[in-house]
Amino acid sequence: MIDLVGKRNWFFLISAIVIIPGIISLAVFGLQPGVDFSSGTAMTLSFDKEVELSQLRQELTDLGYDEAVVQPAGGGDFFVRLPEISAEETTKLKESLETGLGTTVTISSLYSVSPIVAAGTVRNTVIAVVVASIGILLYISWAFRKMPKPFRWGTCAVIALVHDLVVVIAVFSILGWVAGLEVDALFVTGVLAVVGVSVNNIVVVFDRIRENLKRGVSRDFAVIANYGIIESLGRSLNTGLATLFVIVALYLLGGTTTHTLVLALLIGIATGIYSSLCIAGQLLVVWEKGFASRRKEATSTA
Amino acid sequence: MKRGNTPLLIFILVLFGFCLWVILPGTEIFGRDEFKLGLDLKGGSHLVYSIDLSKKDPAQSDADVIEGVKNKIERRVNAYGVTEPIVQTIRNERGSFVLVQLPGVKDIDEAMNLIGQTAELDFREVVLDAEGEPELDEEGNVQWVKATAKGSDEQERELTGKYLKPNAQVVLAPQTNEPEVAFEWNSEGAILFEQITQRNLQKPLGIFLDNQLISAPTVQAVIKEKGVITGLNLDEARTLAIQLNSGSLDVPLTLVERRDIGATLGEDSLRKSLMAGIIGSTMVVIFMIAYYRFSGFVACLALVVFVTLNLAIFKLIPVVLTLPGIAGFIVSIGMGVDGNVLVAERLKEELRRGRTLGAAIEEGFRQSWSAIFDANVTVFIACAVLYWLGNTFGNFLVIGFATTLFIGTALSMFTQVVVTRTFMRTFVGLGVAKSPGAYGVLRQ
Repeated sequence: MIDLVGKRNWFFLISAIVIIPGIISLAVFGLQPGVDFSSGTAMTLSFDKEVELSQLRQELTDLGYDEAVVQPAGGGDFFVRLPEISAEETTKLKESLETGLGTTVTISSLYSVSPIVAAGTVRNTVIAVVVASIGILLYISWAFRKMPKPFRWGTCAVIALVHDLVVVIAVFSILGWVAGLEVDALFVTGVLAVVGVSVNNIVVVFDRIRENLKRGVSRDFAVIANYGIIESLGRSLNTGLATLFVIVALYLLGGTTTHTLVLALLIGIATGIYSSLCIAGQLLVVWEKGFASRRKEATSTA
Repeated sequence: MKRGNTPLLIFILVLFGFCLWVILPGTEIFGRDEFKLGLDLKGGSHLVYSIDLSKKDPAQSDADVIEGVKNKIERRVNAYGVTEPIVQTIRNERGSFVLVQLPGVKDIDEAMNLIGQTAELDFREVVLDAEGEPELDEEGNVQWVKATAKGSDEQERELTGKYLKPNAQVVLAPQTNEPEVAFEWNSEGAILFEQITQRNLQKPLGIFLDNQLISAPTVQAVIKEKGVITGLNLDEARTLAIQLNSGSLDVPLTLVERRDIGATLGEDSLRKSLMAGIIGSTMVVIFMIAYYRFSGFVACLALVVFVTLNLAIFKLIPVVLTLPGIAGFIVSIGMGVDGNVLVAERLKEELRRGRTLGAAIEEGFRQSWSAIFDANVTVFIACAVLYWLGNTFGNFLVIGFATTLFIGTALSMFTQVVVTRTFMRTFVGLGVAKSPGAYGVLRQ
């Protein structure tokens, strides 16, 4: 049988390799808030003839929008992000660009949010995250009531869950300054959905470990845990794969509107599979026996 | 075959048939023959206005003002001719807002003018100096004062748009062919207008909309009931007529959020998402059958039932489908195999332990139910919170995702447990797929 518990320190190391740079990035650069959270006007512009990025950027600077963020949006379109501008200013901007660039400009999508709405969104998002966390914690304490040491098992589940969330947020932070990826309300949606799916994986694995504990498969908790993890391997991998198939398809083919949502789901669900198999149960073992390596455990429990 | 399985199978097949009929294009049910698409798929404009309650008349309650604003905007939007508009009020700690969704609207600037303007119409007289000449300010402009007259109860009243009958319309002036807005006063308005025109014969009378002078015709005769407003282009006249008929707003509005989505972008996104869904589901089907063989095949049949039922629910409720909503649905297809995987895995185990097929199936389902149920509780918690979050700031994209993921997850519990089990029992009863190999168990 594969020994996933024995290799636990390697798994912790792998997670640390992802999480530590992520946390540093988060501390230094934070996340790039989209207009939902920071207010502003974001639009996608399409042109009748080919326009260079530098040309558009120059034109916007000339019009007095020095703070404009311009990114190519594929197919010759550009994504432009400005501080909040009014409807009249938007119309004027479009007309000025048309004369400046000598082409018809179409605003194929526009999203404008004022500071009052953005502040409300930030506040409500914080409330939603807090409420969801409380709900999930209540659920976990309920789901683990049958476990031998509910507090310990619950805590390990929460650590594994936080692990998944940190990975998602860290990757968005890194992509934020590398590729200008912004977080919006749909990112939060994706993260909360990840919470739901992730807890679920951990519960399935823990359920198996508990079952094996009751059956008395072994006297060594590390063996019991490993047995439970291996038994869940098929289910966790296969359900995870099926879910990832559709998410990858959505990510590659689904268009840009749901980009942040799907990316958060993709990273979060993939990480969730990993953490449920390689982190959660292993944490239980560590709590039970400390960080000692497998060989030493074998002699001490014998 | 287990007792009670046949009625259940018939029930499932009938339900499936009904749902299939419901989702067929052209089937009209509850007066609806197609799926309800959200703004991001149809294209259009999503506007949120903040209602400035500090400017309200202290005699009115907040709730009345908000309701009044909503009703007047509804009338304006309906008169403008948008199909399936949405007008909703949102109240939270940040203030009061009115959310307006205009699917398929072409000229957004015009629509925004129509909705957002207070549209307070009043009439003003020229201020005259001692010699009876118009008094001018430093820049040489004519000074205007709001025209008042005695009402039927002998009270001094300002003549404003609120005394108009709601039947203003755009007409073309016979000689000039210029657009005009023709209006009629109600009885009180007629009393006031008569006195004011009498007093201002051969003098200009200023017509102001939201404190902007539109035109200042010279009064030629004493008029009671009717009048026209000139000096507008056709679009402006049309907008004004709608605004006069729907009534002016009691308080000013400020646009605080705007989301415009081009119709072609919406269509393109819809096509892409559907394609992603089809390819993703096909991969799931191939994977399930390759790995779990017969259990996988049955799971896929159950998946077909799941997708059909789900789409039928979308059409029946109706659920407003948005891009994130479709993503939520597609994700629930992926996650929906979870129960089947759990059961199929259990089944393999039980078969390896040497149980008979029938016993293994019953045991597999019995053991998996608690895990299936527990597993989905967390998804429900997440969906409930997201639904609340989406509603507090009117984010239809977040609501769309939460709704479809919730329905998909709830329904997948039903199909995983009831549908798959019934199908399995039926096939086993019929003597199909007897060998353990058909369930992916290798012979030892």
